[in-house]
Amino acid sequence: MSNTDRSAIRQPGLTELLPPLTEHEALVEANRCLYCYDAPCTHACPTHIDIPRFIKKIATGNLPGSARTILEANLLGATCARVCPVQELCEGACVLGAEHKPIMIGRLQRYAMDYAYSRNVPMFHAAAKTGMKIAVIGAGPAGLSCAGELAKLGHSATLFEKRPLGGGLSTYGIIVLREPVDIALAEVEMICRFGVELKTGVEIGRDVSFSALRSNYDAIFLSVGLGATPALGIPGEEYCIDGLEYIEQSKIDRDKLQVGRQVIVIGAGNTAIDCATIAKRMGAERVTMVYRRTEQEMTAYPHEYEFIKKEGVEFRFLTQPVKIVADAGNVAGLECVRTELGSVDLSGRPSPRLVPGSEFVIPADQIVKAIGQEKPSLAASLGIETQRGFIKVDDDYQTSMPGVYAGGDCIRSAGAASTVMAVEDGKLAAGAIHRRLTAAAVPAGVL
Amino acid sequence: MADLSINFAGIRSPNPFWLASAPPSNSGAQVHRAFEAGWGGAVWKTIGAPVLNVSNRYGAWHYGNQKMLAINNVELISDRPLDLNLAEIRDVKRHWPDRAVIASAMVESTPEAWGDIVRRIEDTGADGIELNYGCPHGMSERGMGSAVGQVPEYCEQITRWVKSAASIPVIVKLTPNITSIVYPARAAVAAQADALSLINTINSIVGVDLDTFDITPNIGGKGGHGGYAGPAVKPIALNMLAALGVDEVVSRAGLPISGMGGMSTWKDAAEFLLLGATSLQVCTAVMHYGFRIVEDLCDGLSNWMDAHGFAAIADFRGKSLPRISDFKDFDLSFRAVARIDPAKCIRCDLCYVACNDTAHQCIDLIAADGSRVEPHTYDVRSNGKNDAIHTRPQPRVREEDCVGCRLCYNVCPVEHCIEMVELPPCQPSVTWDQLSKSQREVTESWDAMERYREEHGIHIH
Repeated sequence: MSNTDRSAIRQPGLTELLPPLTEHEALVEANRCLYCYDAPCTHACPTHIDIPRFIKKIATGNLPGSARTILEANLLGATCARVCPVQELCEGACVLGAEHKPIMIGRLQRYAMDYAYSRNVPMFHAAAKTGMKIAVIGAGPAGLSCAGELAKLGHSATLFEKRPLGGGLSTYGIIVLREPVDIALAEVEMICRFGVELKTGVEIGRDVSFSALRSNYDAIFLSVGLGATPALGIPGEEYCIDGLEYIEQSKIDRDKLQVGRQVIVIGAGNTAIDCATIAKRMGAERVTMVYRRTEQEMTAYPHEYEFIKKEGVEFRFLTQPVKIVADAGNVAGLECVRTELGSVDLSGRPSPRLVPGSEFVIPADQIVKAIGQEKPSLAASLGIETQRGFIKVDDDYQTSMPGVYAGGDCIRSAGAASTVMAVEDGKLAAGAIHRRLTAAAVPAGVL
Repeated sequence: MADLSINFAGIRSPNPFWLASAPPSNSGAQVHRAFEAGWGGAVWKTIGAPVLNVSNRYGAWHYGNQKMLAINNVELISDRPLDLNLAEIRDVKRHWPDRAVIASAMVESTPEAWGDIVRRIEDTGADGIELNYGCPHGMSERGMGSAVGQVPEYCEQITRWVKSAASIPVIVKLTPNITSIVYPARAAVAAQADALSLINTINSIVGVDLDTFDITPNIGGKGGHGGYAGPAVKPIALNMLAALGVDEVVSRAGLPISGMGGMSTWKDAAEFLLLGATSLQVCTAVMHYGFRIVEDLCDGLSNWMDAHGFAAIADFRGKSLPRISDFKDFDLSFRAVARIDPAKCIRCDLCYVACNDTAHQCIDLIAADGSRVEPHTYDVRSNGKNDAIHTRPQPRVREEDCVGCRLCYNVCPVEHCIEMVELPPCQPSVTWDQLSKSQREVTESWDAMERYREEHGIHIH
């Protein structure tokens, strides 16, 4: 995407939140890094990027080396630099965190990535062809990572993506404040440049059958992500906007994005916070997040919660939506019931109990729901074993169907799903597929 | 408040801090402002032979986030007219009778030239003359500066010429660009100099431009060695100062010494004084931060003196000199080991890698259950800050194998986290000198050494 195209989809209010570090800022920060040995930041990073090494290279002025260090461990280094919850990962483990400010690892990583992408520094070349073919279904972070790592090993990886653009949630689902579309697309392009084939607009089961893939490819990797936002199951649900579509419009189709004056976001996860941010920044006068538990139980990262409070978004905790109130076909408000927290439920959190007679209506002209995503539907249709609705895999990321592997959000039955975990899944699965196909040791650095 | 005043070979100043002969003391206007800021004295930028200067005359050595760890220069002596300098020296001294105003001089190596400059300096009312035998660039090519300082006979000869003409104190400034600082100092003593000062700048090339391959700084496509100064040279200056303090000839003569070389803080100043300096000269730190630094130089030194019960500089001047010793006189039985305080340790493991790769492999990584673990052994699927922080092992010194080299102590980024703990000696107290006299074969034969070690339980892995 050219610079002109990029500016066309950028508007005040919805642009990348953090500016890039200047050369001076990057050098001062890089020199502040202690260069720990066997560093805890590297351990905390799900892809185990050698962080002190890439930071030291920024300090010495070796930016191509710095970028390569990052990409060797994580092909989606540019996305992860922006979207990783660094407070919970690398920066949260920085030894300077206890008494000082941790090193700005994410922003330094972005500095090195920006250098590499702005100069098109070639980082990897495909190895000699092995003749093996792998189909990767879904061109999100897990799929891109897996396909890219396989290409580095000389295998022919083909990405099948049902949407018009690659990148998955990086392209469609990460709010622009954290990652502009062109960053995600540049990453897809980079991975395709070293030999991965990307077929967009191709849906398995609609445009190509799964059995055809199984007979034409030596292995399959499922990185299909999750589905749409599940139903609330309340009257008037048809007036409710899907949070993921809301974010997608804000990124890809800004003209279609309609933002109300009084917006309610149902849910209190990171996606809900993104939706509230969009509403607030695109002109809503009042944005209220409605959640049936309390701030103790909300799944949003603490730093995201702090951020959204500063954006001026209001919270209604212990509030259960029961009905969308419409007036002449327009949203007029959200009827809610107060809740109390009871015993711990299957999710490990106290379950909310409705307080009888506590109904009240919050006025609103737009209601967005962001209460998680549907489990992957593909698994069931293929007869692959699942675990709590997610695709079940073994230690090698292989599903119950031999030769069919899976990774990313679609297997994340426990713990918080994140881009960087998906990247690591793709990388580890690529190693396992490679071992299976070649019965050879994986070169150092791949795992 | 301690008394910071000094009497340096008869030159009095309210505190020991003088501007060194350098760009900060280039003009009357600057020295007036320095005195207003509180400087006790100034050694005027060297006057004498006519010169022309070049641009890009200062290079610098930066390290990490520290700018100007050292500066390097090819600036010559004053390029302002001699008469103007002399008039300004006169003016400054008249305005500041309580401050030390010293003229630094460098002229052609003839008795006439030196006699003439001495008389003209004395006419200004200056308190003393410093003979610049140190400048390592430009002037040395013309037979002046370090060309004199590097040849003890020249030092002595010129100092004699000056002494025969001068009635005010004569300070001989020494160059560090010499094998032993003692010989030119002894030459100055022999010529009856009134005082010494050291060190001048050190020969250096500060860098090469990696795009153009020019020498840094680039002077019209050329470059070359310049005088090196600033914080990085302080240890060299301290060593040379101490070398004079312990030299029999120089110390017996009792000449006061003006110490300089990389001094930036009151702590540096106290160290120079403890190693025998009477007055202190500062340049690079002033060039970095301005005249204002003298406030903390005085304040910090005074507070430190109060804390130690020193009423005057003379109470502690040279106090550390008796500790200066040769290796041969060190007690070989002295034993210390490093100890890491787990409560202060941030587990950066810099001590571990330094010890393991480059010292004596005596720091272990200890897991929470007390077992010893290797680095880089966590499960590849383990991640997140909690895993990283809570499973991170604690470095611990295996004291029975620690030789007490002190490397870990030096690399540790946390104050007071690693301390060197003195342990009772395992062997009889002996110096190498004593050993070489009492058991010469031990110092000459590895077999005898092995037997000696066995006998005394000295095990080195």
